[in-house]
Amino acid sequence: MDPTRFVARHVVNLPRSGIRDFFEVVSKMQDVISLGIGEPDFDTPWHIREAAIYALEKGKTHYTSNLGLIELRRAINRYVEKNFGISYRPEEEILVTVGVSEALDIAFRALVNPGDKVMFHQPCYVSYHPSITLTHGEAVPVPTYAKDNFALTAEALAAAWQPDSKLLMLNLPCNPTGGTCDQRQIEAIAKFCVEKDLVVLSDEIYSELTYEGGHTSIARLPGMKERTVFLHGFSKAFAMTGWRIGYACGPATLIEAMMKVHQYSMMCASIISQEAAIEALLRGEDGMKAMREQYQRRRDFIVRRFNEIGLKCHLPRGSFYAFPCVEKTGLKETDFAMGLLQAEHVAMVPGTAFGANGTGFCRACFATGYDQLIEAADRIERHVQKLAAKR
Amino acid sequence: MNPLIKLLLEGGGLSTAQMAQVLNLSEAEVNRQLDQLKKDRLLLGWRPVLNLAEEEAGVVRAVIEVRITPERGGGFNRLAERISRFDEVESCYLMSGGYDLLVFVNGSSLQKVAGFVSEKLSTLEGVLSTATHFLLRTYKEQGFLLDVKVAENDRLKITP
Repeated sequence: MDPTRFVARHVVNLPRSGIRDFFEVVSKMQDVISLGIGEPDFDTPWHIREAAIYALEKGKTHYTSNLGLIELRRAINRYVEKNFGISYRPEEEILVTVGVSEALDIAFRALVNPGDKVMFHQPCYVSYHPSITLTHGEAVPVPTYAKDNFALTAEALAAAWQPDSKLLMLNLPCNPTGGTCDQRQIEAIAKFCVEKDLVVLSDEIYSELTYEGGHTSIARLPGMKERTVFLHGFSKAFAMTGWRIGYACGPATLIEAMMKVHQYSMMCASIISQEAAIEALLRGEDGMKAMREQYQRRRDFIVRRFNEIGLKCHLPRGSFYAFPCVEKTGLKETDFAMGLLQAEHVAMVPGTAFGANGTGFCRACFATGYDQLIEAADRIERHVQKLAAKR
Repeated sequence: MNPLIKLLLEGGGLSTAQMAQVLNLSEAEVNRQLDQLKKDRLLLGWRPVLNLAEEEAGVVRAVIEVRITPERGGGFNRLAERISRFDEVESCYLMSGGYDLLVFVNGSSLQKVAGFVSEKLSTLEGVLSTATHFLLRTYKEQGFLLDVKVAENDRLKITP
């Protein structure tokens, strides 16, 4: 008999990740230039790795406080205050988690009642919608558009809003679009959230990778700190994706609620990753800035090339993703991505893996070497020209 | 800082054609800028970073601490330039601390290097003393790690 009957209904109905299917095809091919990797190509800077090794040598192998090492929470408070202008008490307003992924998961589980309406802008990171489903919430997508460079606008938010909406999920700068909001736009969103009494989960994992115009966290705007869970981590800015370490900051009541879930499901984040994170916050800023500069040069190059090739691409103000439009080829994004992969061995993720508003787009990650980017751009150009010749 | 210099500093060994692509310039313009950098003595030249330790006809390298008498009206410069002109001298730096010049010397054998120090360097007027240290083993050269194994690129090809 089929064991599927043992699987919970809402999990059976959870759609398979579009990324995973694409990954299955790519992993079987040789010599692929992948622009589909959602992480930096840098290894974690040595001084951070060395701090973890030293921690192991000192015998740091035991459980930590559920909330995380107090030294780390203090360092997080200083870092967030300095770079985001918001102050959180280390004793009760900061929680160290196993990546921002865990922070998101426990935030949803702590805040969403079955049937609660959760708004999120899309195209978006693959986890948000499934996370809402897994906590039996009702997903309310808010579209973002190329004409706005995929910024979230208060107008789109208001248009999508439904009565009894409870939570707004924000990811600025955004994976996959690279879109983010300027000061004026984020202020308008904040006003809307206060007006409609929304609680906000703000995933700011790419915030250090903002190239022009600066980044404003919604949590520092009037009326927002008491209703926002600020989520951040180390994966992108400090190249620590595999370490699985992140944090949530927010009002003590919300952090305490998340703590209740965290203490039973996770106990604490890895002590080694926490020790490494302290080193990153204390001495990692110069290295982070050097990486950001390098990403910016790569961004300028690849976006220019996409536009030269005829795949209209906005200049992303943040993250390390470009989001070119492939409609000019006459193909659906999935067909274009698969065709490009098979003909030229270049992998870009179809935009629909990130939501319905990704139709017509593909995501290209430019966190890779120049020689890969130059070669990939040439191959994409050849492929697009061949498609045009056929038509 | 000039974008071209920033790109050069990033390393990566890009050809001028690749640099031209990244900077959105013609190759001719990149070459022109490189020539200008050379004229301005910001770019001094190109050297490959070689690891010749395994080569039979290898190179013996030494680091020499040199104490010299500063001269009225010239300081250390005249003598330092005179020392630097020797072909055996790869690098020459004025240092703070217990000695004045740090001189990196290459020779085809220990005797050749020792001979250079005793016949050419120590004998110069103004050189008070030398302390010669012979290089035994290189772990890192100009930013390149030697014996550390380069990790295989085992990153997943697609991740969200």
